[in-house]
Amino acid sequence: MADLSVNFAGIRSPNPFWLASGPPTNSAYQVMRAFEAGWGGAVWKTLGEPIINVSSRLAGFDWNGHRMAGINNLELITDRPLEDNLKEIREVKRAFPDRAIIASLMVDPIRERWHEIVKRVQDVGVDGFELNYGCPHGMAEMGMGAAVGQVPALVRENTEWVAEVSEVPVIVKLTPNVTDIRHTARAAVQGGAHAVSMINTINSLMGVDIDTWIPIPEVDGMGSHGGYCGPAVKPIALHMVSDCAQDRLINVPISGIGGISTWRDAIEFMLLGATTVQVCTAAMTYGFRIVEDMIDGLSSYLDSRGIGSVEELVGQSLPRIKAWGELNLNYKVVAKIDQEDCIHCNRCFVACEDTAHQSIHPQTVDDGTTLLVVDEEECVGCNLCSMVCPVNCISMVPLDTGKPPVTWRQLEAQGAVHNIKIL
Amino acid sequence: MNFAKQLLSVIGGVTTVKIATTADEILEPLKKTVYQELSDFDVLQEANRCLFCYDAPCIKACPTHIDVPSFIRKITTGNMTGSARVIFDANPMGASCARVCPTEELCEGACVLSEESHSIRIGDLQRYATDWVRERDISLFVAGPSTGKTVAIVGAGPAGLSTARDLARYGHKVTLFELREQLGGLNTYGIVPFRLPAEIPLWEAAQVTHLGVNANTGSKIGVDISLQALVDSYDAVVLAFGMGSVPRLNIPGEDLHGVWDAIDFVDKVKRGEDVGILGERVGVIGAGNTAIDAATCSRRLGVPHVTLYYRRGEQHMSAYKFEYEFAKQERVEYRWYSTPKRILGEGGRVTGVEFVKTRLDSDGMGGMRPIAMEGSEYIEPMDTVIRAIGQSKLSAMLQLDSIGVATRAGVVVVDDQFRTSNEKVFAAGDCTFTKGQAEAMVVEAAQQGKLAAASIHEYLSL
Ligand SMILES: Cc1cc2nc3c(=O)[nH]c(=O)nc-3n(C[C@H](O)[C@H](O)[C@H](O)COP(=O)(O)OP(=O)(O)OC[C@H]3O[C@@H](n4cnc5c(N)ncnc54)[C@H](O)[C@@H]3O)c2cc1C
Ligand SMILES: Cc1cc2nc3c(=O)[nH]c(=O)nc-3n(C[C@H](O)[C@H](O)[C@H](O)COP(=O)(O)O)c2cc1C
Ligand code: SF4
Repeated sequence: MADLSVNFAGIRSPNPFWLASGPPTNSAYQVMRAFEAGWGGAVWKTLGEPIINVSSRLAGFDWNGHRMAGINNLELITDRPLEDNLKEIREVKRAFPDRAIIASLMVDPIRERWHEIVKRVQDVGVDGFELNYGCPHGMAEMGMGAAVGQVPALVRENTEWVAEVSEVPVIVKLTPNVTDIRHTARAAVQGGAHAVSMINTINSLMGVDIDTWIPIPEVDGMGSHGGYCGPAVKPIALHMVSDCAQDRLINVPISGIGGISTWRDAIEFMLLGATTVQVCTAAMTYGFRIVEDMIDGLSSYLDSRGIGSVEELVGQSLPRIKAWGELNLNYKVVAKIDQEDCIHCNRCFVACEDTAHQSIHPQTVDDGTTLLVVDEEECVGCNLCSMVCPVNCISMVPLDTGKPPVTWRQLEAQGAVHNIKIL
Repeated sequence: MNFAKQLLSVIGGVTTVKIATTADEILEPLKKTVYQELSDFDVLQEANRCLFCYDAPCIKACPTHIDVPSFIRKITTGNMTGSARVIFDANPMGASCARVCPTEELCEGACVLSEESHSIRIGDLQRYATDWVRERDISLFVAGPSTGKTVAIVGAGPAGLSTARDLARYGHKVTLFELREQLGGLNTYGIVPFRLPAEIPLWEAAQVTHLGVNANTGSKIGVDISLQALVDSYDAVVLAFGMGSVPRLNIPGEDLHGVWDAIDFVDKVKRGEDVGILGERVGVIGAGNTAIDAATCSRRLGVPHVTLYYRRGEQHMSAYKFEYEFAKQERVEYRWYSTPKRILGEGGRVTGVEFVKTRLDSDGMGGMRPIAMEGSEYIEPMDTVIRAIGQSKLSAMLQLDSIGVATRAGVVVVDDQFRTSNEKVFAAGDCTFTKGQAEAMVVEAAQQGKLAAASIHEYLSL
């Protein structure tokens, strides 16, 4: 059996699956239930000056009959007194000494306030801190959360204040609500962060009830923008994780967050540079029990490939992430439709005909049936037809172009293309 | 004369049926399973339809309490080995059960979606997941560290095999004694091949022997070896010998050529043995699952007219609803409220059966019993009669009293821990089956085996 344990910037955890800071980690009762279910760690619901939450506060993004492709929330940090939380953290750590317990913190951007909370919380025996510079709503209006997290100088300064007094590793949780997350990640590292985690929620507005014209979720006839998360945000999070993992100035471990629901998702995050993964929405959708298949599936996956330790996955796909200008322009794939499996819904045809390159042609054969045939000359290999195919019967097969690999950068260097500067 | 020609000589000339001309052609319909092939696409769609309920009713409705939502979710995440492990962990006969369980009365009947739309096809998904590991011959379990304790099990049907599997996982040394040449009990020999091909129970049995369980096939306990000998030489003994043949009707003409015991009949057909001449008309007496199996088997052997005769009404038949529906599809016919009086013959061979009509009357104990209506006799011409009125009890052959194991009406008496009146002896499966208490089902036998193993483990750990 493969070893699933990880060492994340000195924080040890029996497996890479942590619960992200949020409603699932609100109390000892919940975190203990989660640990019983098998979670390797938990980032406690963000501690700070207790706030008052609104009701209602969550909304689900339903898409094509699927519930909760994403969640939008207006929830702030913990609304429970700090003493209660600290007492409970101590209890949980005592009951589950082998699990990672991270305290998420958010206070006003004032040195003394940070010193005060760090000292109080580390006294109860947490394994690390996660600084919440991410909350995009509410707390940001009060000058905290994303208000700090969007400004590299503030990220660096606030992190320094924590690092000055912290005796345990400090993780900085980054907001995706920035143009380039590497700038804030670098600032965190410069400020002394031992690790970074990403992403917090994305600024969003879930919707409007078209009968009442009231925004969703509704608070007494009004609405507000909130933070978006869940399966729908995974590609955004993956990009940000891989960007940071490739950056030489961000030479600290990464905890990947955003839309992780299965062991497969977790493996993707790890291949792109995450050492641990954090989950919020999937647990909120199904309960803590989902971790059982995450562990089981990951373990089988590693065993089936003869990989001894999960840490061997970290960053394996990074060398394959290139700038666009470094991709081979002479590589070509074309769509191939498996006529046996085709159910003749013609979705690929109309997609290509109307919105791609008019490369799929219906052909009537002897028995009167119509086959969809790809013109390999015209097909540019965009993938669209294979993406819309409901039965997955279109594969994209490489075509031998007979030409040697060449990239835009090479063409540019040869003066073969007009000079567009690629950074 | 070979099988094919014999059949031909009788039914030749009947133009309404396609007549097979080779043994292969005759056997072909027997091999064609009643299950649709499952495409990956269909399976994923269906699995994703599962709500992944918490504390799901399907888990409770399954006698072995398979964690259905968990195995289905594992299909959706592509963790197929994990999915199969969830199934087999709870039910060592999980692949057989995926085919023979009356799912609409069990897990699927409990699915919360049955009200909103339609139940998840749990049986199909279970078949898909278990086939996945079976086709790859993946072993899912290992024997526990040896405890040095030994257990003998009499009978290697679903109950015996399940007990053996779990005892081996607890680390006990298990020896199975089975009178047939192959393991699996009725799963291997009794359930029609088009519903349960023998390769499936045989693979399940191999998963058990794989854990170091000894299998002594061809040994008849009570004849070759006495029960006393087992009790003397093992730390515990498990009785899992099932039930016996179909009892006699006790009417005149029963020894004529062409009168069959349904279980023996299906057994021979399933093993591809020659069952000789069946003729154009087969009458099956009884209306349970065994009767249906004998009837559908006859249909698939090419017999044009197969009729079931039952002394009660349609609503009283004990066959599962899906079995009944299946038999109707196979064009089996039914005569209700009829009981056989005597079997008629000519030259030693069956030619027909005289039935008498029945009606239901109070049995004085709150139930209803069928009463023959004098003067309503009628004769049905018939070439073969198959009796399928239940199974007899085997306890007499095993001389259970010699080891102090109590029986009631031939049924081994057990407590809720599957202990018999001899503290070293436990029992599970059909041999403990009393009508009205549990259903004689594979899944029930598997669960009892599991529970018996837990109970034995506790006893051996004392
Ligand atoms: C025709 C038919 C169709 C059925 N269809 C279904 C169905 O669709 N679904 C369902 O759930 N159930 C069905 N059943 C019921 C199901 O097969 C039984 O409930 C189940 O097999 C019971 O398991 P068991 O291990 O107790 O007994 P068995 O399967 O009968 O196994 C007992 C074993 O003990 C062996 N044995 C007996 N005596 C001795 C001895 N003296 N020494 C050594 N070994 C001995 C036998 O050879 C046999 O292998 C059907 C039964 C029949 C007869
Ligand atoms: C209702 C809700 C409350 C949240 N509260 C916090 C919080 O207090 N602190 C924090 O750092 N992140 C908070 N998050 C963000 C999550 O920790 C996580 O970063 C985000 O949901 C993305 O992960 P996911 O796609 O698995 O949900 C919250 C998310 C939700 C849905
Ligand atoms: S009850 Fe139905 S929907 Fe719910 S878990 Fe079971 S099979 Fe799935």
